[in-house]
Amino acid sequence: MEHMTLASQLLQYIITGVTIGSIYAMVAIGFNIIYNVTEAINFAQGEFVMLGGLVMVFFRVTLKLPVLFSLPLTISVVMAVGILLDRIAIRPIRKPTVLSMVIATIGASFFIRGAAMFIWGKNPFDLPPFSGRNPITFLGAAIQPQSLWVLGFLVAVVIVLTIFFDRTIMGKALRACAVNPSASSLVGINVKYMILISFALSAAIGAIGGIVITPISLMEYDRGAMLAVKGFSACAVGGIGNFPGAVLGGILIGLIESLGAGLISSGYKDVFALLALLLILFVKPSGLLGSAEVSKIRKF
Amino acid sequence: MANMKTRPSIGKGIASLIAAAVTVTLMLSPVVSAHAAQAYKVGAVFSVTGRASFLGDPEKKTALLLQEEINKKGGINGHPLKLIIYDDKGDSTQCVIAVRKLINRDKVCAIIGPSLSGLSLSVIPVVQKSKIPNVSCAASYKIVTKNPKTGEQWKWVFKTPQSDSMAVEAIYTHMKKHGISRIAITSVNTGYGASGRSELLRLAPRYGMTIVADEKYGPKDTDMTAQLTKIKGMSPQAIVNWSIGPTQVVVVRNWKELGMTNIKMYQSHGFGSRKNIKLAAGAAEGIYCPLGACNIAEILPANHPQKQVTMAYVKAYTEKYNEPVSSFGGHAWDALSLVVKALKAVGPDKAKIRDYLENIRGFVGQHGVFNFSPKDHNGLSKEAFRMVVVKKGDWALAD
Repeated sequence: MEHMTLASQLLQYIITGVTIGSIYAMVAIGFNIIYNVTEAINFAQGEFVMLGGLVMVFFRVTLKLPVLFSLPLTISVVMAVGILLDRIAIRPIRKPTVLSMVIATIGASFFIRGAAMFIWGKNPFDLPPFSGRNPITFLGAAIQPQSLWVLGFLVAVVIVLTIFFDRTIMGKALRACAVNPSASSLVGINVKYMILISFALSAAIGAIGGIVITPISLMEYDRGAMLAVKGFSACAVGGIGNFPGAVLGGILIGLIESLGAGLISSGYKDVFALLALLLILFVKPSGLLGSAEVSKIRKF
Repeated sequence: MANMKTRPSIGKGIASLIAAAVTVTLMLSPVVSAHAAQAYKVGAVFSVTGRASFLGDPEKKTALLLQEEINKKGGINGHPLKLIIYDDKGDSTQCVIAVRKLINRDKVCAIIGPSLSGLSLSVIPVVQKSKIPNVSCAASYKIVTKNPKTGEQWKWVFKTPQSDSMAVEAIYTHMKKHGISRIAITSVNTGYGASGRSELLRLAPRYGMTIVADEKYGPKDTDMTAQLTKIKGMSPQAIVNWSIGPTQVVVVRNWKELGMTNIKMYQSHGFGSRKNIKLAAGAAEGIYCPLGACNIAEILPANHPQKQVTMAYVKAYTEKYNEPVSSFGGHAWDALSLVVKALKAVGPDKAKIRDYLENIRGFVGQHGVFNFSPKDHNGLSKEAFRMVVVKKGDWALAD
């Protein structure tokens, strides 16, 4: 019987960790976008991922549309949900505080989960992978083609977001809201509109995460909560509000989980991830890439 | 002050309205029931929604199907069967509340369910104290065993699903027959996985099994490649996976993707739904698992004692609900049918139902032929499982 060398085992753990970590990173980026504009954590972020997966299943499997059409359709549907979330749950809050917004998103997450249960039922759904199920063997480790897609989409999301925030007026306006909402509205930026944009944007990124992970892990209506917790950990590790930090934090948590499960004990893999989180927060409370000055002036 | 004065009077108004409504209902209810013979009320608690909805949903559907069939045939000795079903949402507090409600408010004569072992354990004190027969649809042997050392059974608690130990024995017996002795375990870190894992570890020496790896994962994990990679490095002859829900499909896919099909994979009886084969997208070929008769009714030989009863259930269920049967609905079928059999024989007396249940022998159900006794409130043996293998996207009897 073939024996697997330690080197190829290690490589396998790293590939697995980076794949899962990429999804955590996408969730973390979604958290950051909304946090930067509203200073609130959107607890329905995991639900965007779940919706991304299930809506894609609807377009791709039920309606049998090709990926090229179903992908943008899915993203638009989930973006619409994000916009509705802002319109229905966030904007009507009379005196928006961080706490009331957080509570509204928690309520919304329960609602979305319940609605998804009614629409799709409780069974998990599968999505055909973008390019076949035959794994690529590389130095004794098996790589699913879908893992490469996950990584590719993460890179694309990061590049597009960087251009958006650095090069476009709207991106700059969003960043201005993050720094100082009252000053931004004084110079003519519509802060409420920016909040809407931030929800749409983070819904879109959540949807992409759901679309690319579903062919690997299946998707069912209550998967979102776990992804939100992991994504939030990634956020905290990297420094809340920091985009490179979100990517770093996500991949780090994915790697710790995978290596911890493989090399030490699979029963305690979540413990390793949370221990790392605690350690980092003890040593550097603002997160790996977060700045202490910025976190001081933040409300949350 | 004005406010304080008006409030009590509004309260009084509501109270008197409620009182009036109650009086009217009380006056009406004897009139309604005078027409037909008193209905036999049986309570049921299932996890219809929530984390274990894949158990509770088919259980509820099956119970309703049986109720309809029984009442269409004129009920039990002329008494219609009235099922009162509550959803515990997979939560033990809600489960205990539901059981109390069934006992105190609905005044049922027996309770079937709950769906989950943990929940079933939490209602034992309630049913024992209230002296009401409870036929559980959850698997753990602890549900019926008061004292594991002496094997003493809880007086009022019965269960219909096979115990995990029977599934483990069926798997180990099959492995031994095929010369497998070096195995790895993967299990989900929930009650289901932990119970199966401890049985796998406990019974391994008896069947001469060496366990080279013992890996775990979470119920919402997205990938088990790391665990399987570790196992691949140990090169065992077979893997036993113990989980339910999406993880048991993901583990199969990872096993195939990592090119580990030369290591045989066994799944627990929780794999017993064709949905899982479909979700595995071709990766499930060659997977072994122990299943009860109702999962494999079509492929059972014609002379099998359960052939008739399982075929009838499968046909009725698929016709009514247009979805395939799962093991879990079968457990509810067994539980309710046993209670109905007792009601037919002794009427709605709780103590008599209990005594009758304890002495049922040779009852042909969906998951086996039940032989209850004061020492065995489950009534099944490892023969209640058949080993099957996935072949061409469907179950086939394994040799």
